[in-house]
Amino acid sequence: MSARKLPLWVDIGVLPVANVLIALLIAGLVVLAVGASPLDAVKGMIDGALGSSEGIGYMLYYTTDYIFTGLAVAVAFHAGLFNIGGEGQAYLGGLGAGLAALALDHGVSPALAIPLAIAAAAAVGALWAAIPGYLQAYRGSHIVITTIMFNFIASALMVYLMVNVLIAPGSMSPESREFTAANIPVISDILTHWGYAVDTSPLNLSFVLAIACCFVVWIVIWHTPFGYEVRAMGFNPNAAVYAGVNPKRLTVIVMCFSGALAGLVGVNEILGVHHRLLLDFAGGYGFGGIAVALMGRNHPLGIVLAALLFGILQQGGTELSFDMPQITRDMVVAIQGLVILFSGALANLPRPLLEAPFHWLARRRTPAEEA
Amino acid sequence: MADAPALELRGIEKFFGPVHANRGVSLSIPRGAIAGIIGENGAGKSTVMSIVYGLYAPDGGEILIDGAPVKIGSPRDAIAKGVGMVHQHFMLVDTFTVLENVILGAEAGGMLKPSLAKARGELKRLEREYGLKVDPDALVGTLPVGEQQRVEILKALYRGARILILDEPTAVLTPQETDQLFRILQALKGKGTTVILISHKLREIMAVTDLVYVMRHGQVVAERNTADTSREDLAELMVGRKVRLDLDKAPANPAAVALSADKIGVRGKGGVALLDNVSLTLRAGEIVGIAGVSGNGQTELLEVLSGIRAPSSGTLSVGGKTFAAPRFATPAQMRVLGVAHVPEDRHRYGMCAGFTASETSVLGIQRDAPFAQRGLTNYGAMTQHCDVLMERYDVRPRRPQQLAINFSGGNQQKLVLARETDQEPKVLLVGQPTRGVDIGAIAFIHRQLVALRDGGAAILVVSVELDEVMALADRILVLYGGRIVGEVAGGRADERTLGLMMAGATA
Repeated sequence: MSARKLPLWVDIGVLPVANVLIALLIAGLVVLAVGASPLDAVKGMIDGALGSSEGIGYMLYYTTDYIFTGLAVAVAFHAGLFNIGGEGQAYLGGLGAGLAALALDHGVSPALAIPLAIAAAAAVGALWAAIPGYLQAYRGSHIVITTIMFNFIASALMVYLMVNVLIAPGSMSPESREFTAANIPVISDILTHWGYAVDTSPLNLSFVLAIACCFVVWIVIWHTPFGYEVRAMGFNPNAAVYAGVNPKRLTVIVMCFSGALAGLVGVNEILGVHHRLLLDFAGGYGFGGIAVALMGRNHPLGIVLAALLFGILQQGGTELSFDMPQITRDMVVAIQGLVILFSGALANLPRPLLEAPFHWLARRRTPAEEA
Repeated sequence: MADAPALELRGIEKFFGPVHANRGVSLSIPRGAIAGIIGENGAGKSTVMSIVYGLYAPDGGEILIDGAPVKIGSPRDAIAKGVGMVHQHFMLVDTFTVLENVILGAEAGGMLKPSLAKARGELKRLEREYGLKVDPDALVGTLPVGEQQRVEILKALYRGARILILDEPTAVLTPQETDQLFRILQALKGKGTTVILISHKLREIMAVTDLVYVMRHGQVVAERNTADTSREDLAELMVGRKVRLDLDKAPANPAAVALSADKIGVRGKGGVALLDNVSLTLRAGEIVGIAGVSGNGQTELLEVLSGIRAPSSGTLSVGGKTFAAPRFATPAQMRVLGVAHVPEDRHRYGMCAGFTASETSVLGIQRDAPFAQRGLTNYGAMTQHCDVLMERYDVRPRRPQQLAINFSGGNQQKLVLARETDQEPKVLLVGQPTRGVDIGAIAFIHRQLVALRDGGAAILVVSVELDEVMALADRILVLYGGRIVGEVAGGRADERTLGLMMAGATA
């Protein structure tokens, strides 16, 4: 009897836009409060992110990370698992990529070294997520708690390794030596090579990998029996058991899949940009991914759009803090926080308002149909 | 105003979002009458009574008690105006005594002792007047369901209810407990209390009520004096067309054993025996019914036989394989061995909230051809399959892309049944075949099960509806406290004997 409350296009199209607008409205008030013009701020932000080839490059580079972590959260979410550990999985994915790159430095061609290093990033990310998955499935430790804990462990482990083991001899900062083979080509170099002059930016071919991952996730979740079982478990774990699924095994497998996707952040950062192992390169993307997945309704297409928004906020915000002295870096973080708040936690706030006209229409229609 | 009806509703309207749950519901129930409200699921009968009890606010219309218009904004208001309600699921604190439950929320003053003493006296009086016998010091959790229901009625009376609403009160009772309940209702009526009974069991409505309101699609479509009507008449009014209530079936021809369970035991939390030494055999071509009051091991039995739950002891033989506890068959293995399972709680096991009907139609066979091909899901084949099932079982609306939860209960059940029977199972386990199913579809589902039996399937029917077990089963086993306490041949079963076994008395 309970009819769908809103048409699909409103649910996935209008509602997120309304959420972002509310967030920007509140953010505008905050900007006003520090004595700056909200309109100038919006303009500065959009200019910073989309006004130059350099801005667009940076924006898409940030977007890449958000796509990876957004997909990671979404995949786990489809199985009813809340993976908060994208941060640590991304961090250790970078470690995997870096170790592989360091090992494959001598006499290995990039064509071999790069795929191997990517695989290593995915594998270590998967492993780091598999442990909480195993603990949830077979030991009953709640995955939200364990994945958060594993973020801290990952962080401590990285500091130990960078300071004590992987630091380049004679270096003052905790960084490894530079890789020589497994460096992923930068897109601005490629475009310049082909004759399109664009400014240098860190955007690299990892972006293409991210888009490919979107496609893979779409196929796996919606077009394979495995994905069917994942969604069945997410909707109703009992029904999944009834349908012949081993929920424990599936939990571990899904967490591996999720962790592998988060681990690919390491590919973008370590193999694509820094070309060496270092500390804190995954800063914030793991948590940002939760918001991206929420906003993108756990669908790859929505995740790309949400990741673009977060890329714009991040790049535009950085530029903005240069241009407008009243708006500090913290203010930009606050604006991001507002977007997360209104499109995540308060996502259903404008829903009753949007529903009202549809209910009204439905009521008018029902008696007419019966007559 | 001596002649004013105890409860009168005038043009009650209620919307849930776009759903028009009550359309101009008007009814008038005289003081000291037992009135029945019947209707199919979703007809709006519980909604309208929830409005009277203050759980929902009406969107229009008037409520009059003893001829005076009243506003009822909350259950507290309703209680103050003498309206009491006994819900289908009891609202009792298991770890409190009967007395404590009765005064909960109606304590007089800050100290408990005087309240308890007053309530004790009051309960004595109620027991004398209405035959409502319950030990006031027993812990509610230790009482049988029938007595828990009496506690609910006592709660309402203690608060001064003169209009008592009961929502599907007999769903959890044995026939004997039902009789006792009806005697209590008659006693209440004798003292001038007005009783409103929401039910879908026509036989009980005929047995106990004075007048009946029939609801369909949110409206009152008929009002009848019970004496002037019949079950067939009421069924037709509920559904809007003629329905067959009887089931013709030829005697069974049981053949080879298809499934045999031996000394199955299941222990729950704290080592409680949920199933104790249960042995049964199912033969091809027969329907075995499991009778029993809900919560006596039926759920566990179905879970074990379908592979969902591993028992702590016992063996199970099916399709030439034998499994011994604690390492048991998985649901996937059982399916391969030809065991299909229509779960008693379709929302818990049989469906997924976010799946379309089409996706639901392959739950359990999602990896079989043609639904999976070269590792990919074949949505075309799925939709086609669903469409065939929907046609065969008359699932309405025939929209494979509609979310399964947006179908009515009866249509969901038909979809699940269609899915499970379509696999041509050697053994079919069916829990509550017609729970939440409209009366028009019940006979259809029963005929399908008999047809499957005649086609050579071994069928186990678990139902808390004794009528259903008696109508369908060729052999009836009675489950009580996790044990099989009796076996009766289907043709020779009578309600009283079964009822006694269901209550644990040795026949």
